[in-house]
Amino acid sequence: MVHTSPQSVLIERMRAGNRRALARLITLVENGDAESRQILAHLHQYTGRAHIIGITGAPGAGKSTLVNALITELRQQGQTVAILAVDPSSPLTGGAILGDRIRMQSHIHDTGVFIRSMASRGQLGGIARTTSAAAIVLDAAGFDIILIETVGAGQAEVAIAAAAQTTIVVEVPGLGDDIQANKAGMLEIADLFVVNKADREGADATKRHLLAAMQLGGPPRNGWRPPVIMAIATQQHGISEILAAIQAHRQHLRTAGSETAHQSQRAEQEIKAMLHQLIHEQIEQHLSISQRTQLIHQVATHQIDAYTAAQVLLRLIIEPQESSKKQTD
Amino acid sequence: MQRKIRVLVAKVGLDGHDRGAKVIARALRDAGMEVIYTGMQQTPQMIVEAAIQEDVDVIGLSILSGAHMTLLPKVTQGLRVEGADDVLVLAGGIISDADAEILRRDHGIAAVYGPGASTHDIIRFIREQIAPTSRSL
Repeated sequence: MVHTSPQSVLIERMRAGNRRALARLITLVENGDAESRQILAHLHQYTGRAHIIGITGAPGAGKSTLVNALITELRQQGQTVAILAVDPSSPLTGGAILGDRIRMQSHIHDTGVFIRSMASRGQLGGIARTTSAAAIVLDAAGFDIILIETVGAGQAEVAIAAAAQTTIVVEVPGLGDDIQANKAGMLEIADLFVVNKADREGADATKRHLLAAMQLGGPPRNGWRPPVIMAIATQQHGISEILAAIQAHRQHLRTAGSETAHQSQRAEQEIKAMLHQLIHEQIEQHLSISQRTQLIHQVATHQIDAYTAAQVLLRLIIEPQESSKKQTD
Repeated sequence: MQRKIRVLVAKVGLDGHDRGAKVIARALRDAGMEVIYTGMQQTPQMIVEAAIQEDVDVIGLSILSGAHMTLLPKVTQGLRVEGADDVLVLAGGIISDADAEILRRDHGIAAVYGPGASTHDIIRFIREQIAPTSRSL
């Protein structure tokens, strides 16, 4: 009987509004084991309602402060908001300091707001491998809006675009010239640009560079031209304009039929992430510690290259199946 | 996959000296833990709510104001009310041995660390207490 499993009990409690159950479910999917896949399959029936908004930009651009300002405005409009704030894990120790909550404390006692910090856990795309899965849990919990704040991102951390329905790229004055604005990455994933700290010198030039860079790119994709909005997040300036632009983009997704295109893109990303995870788990299962140590040693001492080592690992999961097939034939 | 130990590090009450808390946060990070740092001037209620949302295994509270006998029990009591008293709560600061004894015995504070405490001891204590499989649903 499905309903007596511990996960089902947790899911029922979460659906009834229990925040501890919600938090525990996020932990379970964040850890990404077999249990998490059962949970996600079970939650699937409750999802698809929330609008997921990604917020990305350079470290210090004011992403967390902007998120805080967006929460305030969204709450005034009566929407419930969940936040996934991603910070980097140390590539050396795997540890992390997650500090985005500091800028969102004024909402701590509001039951219409739920804030969760996530470590990137080795992913380089600006979010964690399981950030989308965590968003699914929050969607199933019934939040109207899910804000995903990425790791401070530079030029190529674009995984957020697949995870979110509307992606906001936060720029600040003084970080670069028009060539910077033309580089690949951020320009292509933005559904809207926010020039934060717009009271600083050079804000108008930043806006001009962005508009010019977009014009060089020719006609907009899917008929949507990302607006550039000036904001001062610390003073709540420009925030209602940002929400209006998000709303317009959401409307655009619905009417232009591009929502289905976007959903396919997200689905593809999800399948890919799941595939990576399964391959990784399979390899871990078949790889002995001595094999691992030996491979690392061989690559480290230049006996073989990393590509060859990766192929050895791949064969671990391909060949056992083939040999067992031969036996049964 | 090995489960990450998640720790909330916060300064409870009104004192404004957070170097110790930052040193601890950094040491725990370097020990491979995920540290949610919420900074200064946290009320017990804020700490309890953040601990629940973040589903942490451990709360590390730094307090130098002398109000530890008032504020620390409010944190552990708040956790109990929320059914979250399985979270390990540690305290650091200027706390007398007599107070520390009472906090440990009567108020659910698992350990109290004073000036000069070694981060290695704190890390070891957390690892001993948080077995990888100890957590139930």
